[in-house]
Amino acid sequence: MNRLVKILFSLPFLVLAFSPLNAALTIEISEGTEGALPIAIVPFDTSKVASKLSADIAQIVTNDLNRSGVLTVLSRKSLPSEPHFSNQVKYPAWRAAGQDYLVVGRVLEKTTGQYEVQFQLLDVLKQKQLIGYSLQTTKRKLRSSAHEISDLIYQKITGVRGAFNTRIAYIRAQQNQGRKYILQVADTDGFNAQTVLESDEPLMSPSWSPDGESLAYVSFENRRPEIFIQHLSTAKRNKITGFKGINSAPSWSPDGKSLALVLSKDGGADIYLINIETKRLTRLTHHRGIDTEPVWSDKGQSIIFTSDRGGSPQIYEVAATGGKPRRITFEGQYNAAPSVSSDGKYIAMVYGDAGQYKIAQLERDTGNLTLLTDSSLDESPSFSPNGKMVLYASTRGDNGVLYAVSVDGRGKHKLSDQTGDIREPVWGPYKRKQ
Amino acid sequence: MNSFNVRRKLLFLCVTSLFITACQTGSDEIIENSTTMDGVDQSQLEPFDGSTNGVDSSLTALEDGSDGSAIALGDEAESPQAMLDKADSALSNRVIYFQFDNSSVSEDSLKSLEAHGSFIADNSNVSVRLEGHSDERGSREYNIALGDRRAQSVRQILLFQGASVDQLETVSYGEEQPAMLGHTDDAWSKNRRVELVYQVN
Repeated sequence: MNRLVKILFSLPFLVLAFSPLNAALTIEISEGTEGALPIAIVPFDTSKVASKLSADIAQIVTNDLNRSGVLTVLSRKSLPSEPHFSNQVKYPAWRAAGQDYLVVGRVLEKTTGQYEVQFQLLDVLKQKQLIGYSLQTTKRKLRSSAHEISDLIYQKITGVRGAFNTRIAYIRAQQNQGRKYILQVADTDGFNAQTVLESDEPLMSPSWSPDGESLAYVSFENRRPEIFIQHLSTAKRNKITGFKGINSAPSWSPDGKSLALVLSKDGGADIYLINIETKRLTRLTHHRGIDTEPVWSDKGQSIIFTSDRGGSPQIYEVAATGGKPRRITFEGQYNAAPSVSSDGKYIAMVYGDAGQYKIAQLERDTGNLTLLTDSSLDESPSFSPNGKMVLYASTRGDNGVLYAVSVDGRGKHKLSDQTGDIREPVWGPYKRKQ
Repeated sequence: MNSFNVRRKLLFLCVTSLFITACQTGSDEIIENSTTMDGVDQSQLEPFDGSTNGVDSSLTALEDGSDGSAIALGDEAESPQAMLDKADSALSNRVIYFQFDNSSVSEDSLKSLEAHGSFIADNSNVSVRLEGHSDERGSREYNIALGDRRAQSVRQILLFQGASVDQLETVSYGEEQPAMLGHTDDAWSKNRRVELVYQVN
């Protein structure tokens, strides 16, 4: 029976790190990082570890930092030497290699499968340690710990909290042997992909809860769109709406209590809010045109959405308590799919002009619009929680692929995939401290 | 019985011209005009519905006279399923195509929908799912709304032909289920569509 929906969720940490699915996701740096700060990362010493580690920590950190656009990591074959402790470092050689920063580290095995990862970030010019940390971790959390190291290094150098140790959600579609739609959650580098839900009918519009523990999404499993909320670790889910007509584009409020969503039960596509607990609905827009893609402003005081009420799709803002919507994009024929940065200062969106759809960023104070991409079918931009990167979907051949671009446009990378068509990425919130 | 046929044809003409006018204007106007059209629909169709019992005899005559509009009237000698299964009939076309970012029904499609509308009106045991789709350009959520708008356009026409609200269901898939893969004008034009999916109860 093709309506059968399988809930296949398993705990993120229990799935094998190198299943075929994970192996299919690889990182490809597609653009240079001119002007980025030079940093060298020496492979961590693993000589004290009995069995080979399942993850190369220095390589994961290298990939993370290269993606940021802010830092550029010295290639491994250009390393002048391979020290593992700060007291083994001969600074002049690293200066001669043109490096500003250096990372050294080592992995100790406490008991089988229990590790301690130590690393130091060194300032090559000042010849001193900037930070040094020791992280307790396990075999299955090794990749996560590597991303945590990337976050600590990034924050020390840039002053901005890193967002490498967070997760993304997206929809993977498969065309072979009938269509399949798979909602997945993965690390920000595309590894550790976990299936949340699989269906023969379309799945759409994932939205993270602010605590990162649940996803809202649209499922056509009953041959019509309905909005569900699913808790990730328990796989417990609830249907939130299943009205006649459109039930689409859920977006979680910053306080976690409501969803903004789109319904057409009263006519055209309009924006509504629903209280998740009481299911009480509030209608926010009343227009014959298409109103869709609601997202919350950083503090939840307003809803930013797409509407074609002015003729072509543009971005509008309406108070979360209701009132008259105000248009906020004026440049270009087509602006849609807004994402708001965590500080509320920027909106990323799809900018369409002459049949080309690119990702653009609008600075709210000045109204300045900057194009972040230069391809033709880009969609679904989503800010990283620190507002420094934008994740989006693009097209290559018949497949959708995910990219992330830094907001200064300097770093861009692709999450490539050979097995499916990936779309609608959304970047999750910071993980809670454990 | 001929007077019935004439009346029916007049109604068709009236409907057609109304819709073409409506469809040539912007999308908002279509919705506004639909109120008027619904009004016409009900007042003019009532006497027609009342005479349903007499349809059988007139149909035989039409068939014998090989009038081209016989299909639109519905041949009750055949089961609805048989009529739907017939190749090359006016009902065999189940896909209505649209222009980019547009939900207006073309004149050609309107003729096809008239046949469907009459068939649905004449067969209360038939129901139809109107599945709206878009091409891949533009955002996915916007395309959901666009597919919905297209399905609603088709629904309005079918209602106007006398189909009942209970027989019609609309659902929009946006760009999620393309009829043809690829990023060409050809693929896009085949993907901007409403599919009529019949169910005979």
